[in-house]
Amino acid sequence: MNPQIRRLFFFFSALFVALISMTSYWLWRAPELEARRGNPNLIVRQLTIERGLIYSSNGKTLLARNIEKEQPELGSTWYLRRYPRHQLTAHAVGYSTVERSRSGLEQSLNDYLTGSNLELDTIVESTLDRLQGITQRGNNVVTTLNLLGQRAAVRGLQGSCGGVVALEPATGKVLVMASSPAYDPNLVEGRFGQIIRQTGPCRPASPLLNRTTQGRFIPGSTFKIVTAAAALDSGRFTPSSRFDDPGYCIEYGKRVFNYSDQSGPSVFGNVDFGDAVENSINSVFCEIGKRLGPQLVIEYMKRFGFYDEPPIELPSDEITPSGLYRRGKLYDPSDPNAVDPGRLAFGQERLQVTPLQMALVAAAVANDGIVMEPTLVERIVSPDGKVISRSRSSEWKTAMRPETAADLTAMMTRVVESGTGTSAQIPGISVAGKTGTAETGREGQNHTWFIAFAPAEAPRVAIAVGLSNQAGTGGSTAAPIAQAVIAALLGRNA
Amino acid sequence: MSLSYAAFFVALFVAAHMILRVALPHADPYLLPIGGLLTAVGLTMIYRIDPDLAFRQGLWVVVGLSAFAGLLLLVRDHRELDSVKYILGLTAIGLLILPAVPGLGETINGATLWVDLGPITFQPGEFAKVLLVVFLAGYLRDNRELLAMGTGRYGVPSPKHFGPLLVIWGAAMLVLFQTRDLGSALLYFAIFLAMLYVAIGRWPYVAIGLGLFALGAWGLYQVTPHVAARVSIWLDPWSEPFGDGYQLVQSIYAIAGGGIFGSGLGRGVLLTPEGNPYIPDLQTDFIYSAIAQELGLAGAAAVVLLYLIFVYRGFKIAMQAADGFSKLLAAGLTATIAIQTFVIVGGVSALIPLTGLTLPFVSYGGSSIVANFLLLGLLLMVSNHVNRENAP
Repeated sequence: MNPQIRRLFFFFSALFVALISMTSYWLWRAPELEARRGNPNLIVRQLTIERGLIYSSNGKTLLARNIEKEQPELGSTWYLRRYPRHQLTAHAVGYSTVERSRSGLEQSLNDYLTGSNLELDTIVESTLDRLQGITQRGNNVVTTLNLLGQRAAVRGLQGSCGGVVALEPATGKVLVMASSPAYDPNLVEGRFGQIIRQTGPCRPASPLLNRTTQGRFIPGSTFKIVTAAAALDSGRFTPSSRFDDPGYCIEYGKRVFNYSDQSGPSVFGNVDFGDAVENSINSVFCEIGKRLGPQLVIEYMKRFGFYDEPPIELPSDEITPSGLYRRGKLYDPSDPNAVDPGRLAFGQERLQVTPLQMALVAAAVANDGIVMEPTLVERIVSPDGKVISRSRSSEWKTAMRPETAADLTAMMTRVVESGTGTSAQIPGISVAGKTGTAETGREGQNHTWFIAFAPAEAPRVAIAVGLSNQAGTGGSTAAPIAQAVIAALLGRNA
Repeated sequence: MSLSYAAFFVALFVAAHMILRVALPHADPYLLPIGGLLTAVGLTMIYRIDPDLAFRQGLWVVVGLSAFAGLLLLVRDHRELDSVKYILGLTAIGLLILPAVPGLGETINGATLWVDLGPITFQPGEFAKVLLVVFLAGYLRDNRELLAMGTGRYGVPSPKHFGPLLVIWGAAMLVLFQTRDLGSALLYFAIFLAMLYVAIGRWPYVAIGLGLFALGAWGLYQVTPHVAARVSIWLDPWSEPFGDGYQLVQSIYAIAGGGIFGSGLGRGVLLTPEGNPYIPDLQTDFIYSAIAQELGLAGAAAVVLLYLIFVYRGFKIAMQAADGFSKLLAAGLTATIAIQTFVIVGGVSALIPLTGLTLPFVSYGGSSIVANFLLLGLLLMVSNHVNRENAP
């Protein structure tokens, strides 16, 4: 039996060698495994780094800071995150926790905030620090968020589900990013259940969802700005083009009526392009859409950034592109006949858009047709005060010619002066805007909108307000919120 | 506090060593120290995870060493066991059936392998494995010539001689289907095959045995979703990193994060800030992952090498033994330790599909500690006998 025993010993020896080899294999793969979500090794190692602070646009007000927690057993100090402004900037700043990983800027700027960004001088510095046993310190981030505007937006959104995005049209800086309902990021660690169980004002409440970049709303009449841009920019129509409005438009042999109140659908008769925008006349846009064809409208959508993820500094799983959707997926039709041109033109069809995208539409009109890359980061500063990176305003898309933008500005100014958006007026400031009301067929479930920019002659703010659970119109629900935020940002009393 | 633990522990093993030297003066001098070292590594890791558990494990070590001493003093010669092998074999089957008895069995992690005796629960399978090895050693010694002769057409023996083995296989299989304990199934079959190979030395037997095992495993795979899930997670641990794959993925993170020399005891990432282990069952099945995290590849490899030395000494005893029963018993007991180590360490490092077993001497668990010290006692008895015979 001895030969068998000897062979058995060699067999088991080989198996044991395989065990050690397998253990070594995982060591070899460690660098790649460390980057995976849910690896506590990485999370805990990063807890020993003094994470960079996050500030509002004034560079002074803290949005995220650290508290120190001694770990006598580990012989180290852990830095745990606290958010002194609670819900105010929850979705843009996000959270960084031990148990639930990270979100928002805390996730996308993690390398900067932990000082592990791949820039040579910081790598050398942090390696030296580690060798000397000095606590590694991350870089501080100054955001573009303006807390006056942010507060006005959060106040305005109370009781609604929706989002507000305000941009600086010339630079793409995000001045306001507010999503409702919000959550307190301090509760994510430890009291996550409280966030999950949150209810209302709509179902599901999904407080963690950033509705400004991930919420998909029906754009309704705000989309007419895109259609109008296509119509005017392509030279197929001019501001003086005239239309006859019978109160409806015929599509596929059936009548599609104008927005109707108690007295029935409104009829405007003979109007020009500006009248159609001012009064948001569906039948006119329906005709324009039929004449332009869906291909041209979709081409212009893409020029505004639809069908792309806006290049903002948020984790890509928190950004949703806007466009036509079919069966829950983004839909870029190859067959023009597959799309209803009339309903597309006035913002129905299967359009789903984010407030960020609609803010980019308003900003494009405000910025002579140029869409700037939206950005949340003003600058990143190393612990010793050196500026590591500063936001450069870069052009993202060219949506239309400056002349078209000027024509649209004039029309949108009339909307606020005397059209559907009068509730957004601010004394002493000319506001250009467009309302939107998309009926979903269920009572109190309208998606309502207001997109705007101000001052119309030299725009400093472009804004989109999108709400999902409304009984009223864009003019009565969303426009007042936009008005309050613009006033706050421009330092006026509304 | 922890120092008095250590002093107590050393005193305990010194006492065990004295008893061993008196009762079995010729026994192998390496095996008990290796067992003691592994137990110490285990206690240290368990203390680091949860001091209360370490205290209870300490009590079990006392019980285990007492059982070890009792065995040495009561059973002077392991060959006495040869005469009661059928009783032991039946006892083993009885122990395996126990958890399936309604009212006694307790299901933990999808497998019913615990018996609830009021204040304590115990895992009869741990004891059954030792008894089965004794039975198989006796049975195979008696029948090895007949089995090896190959009276059948393809060099396979007649059912008359093979029958009892098939009966054992069938009984064990039935019990395993009942208890859903794939880890033990793998262990018993591998022990059985290893001993069969040592006794007969012919590959067809091993091949047939493997075929039968594959059949059983396939059957389990078909009827048990819990087994099918284990296999698919082994193939791709990251298919569900926060679902079914969580335990294995966390185990891999712990192993990978340890590096070459580990984080140092108490400095690894094993517990959440609330003090719960990231890896469920850390102190039992996944103790190897904890060792790899805090003592690194060096520490983990050292533990595996300790088992290798243990296995080397065990097989050496088997090779030097003069009679068949001693040879088979020593080889079987040694193979048990080797296989159990491979199955659980391979499982937690994703070398093979994960099946729950304890790491001998190291994992937390009373039944496991006591059974493995009894196994060690038997092995030392064989060794004492062998060395006395061969002494000049």
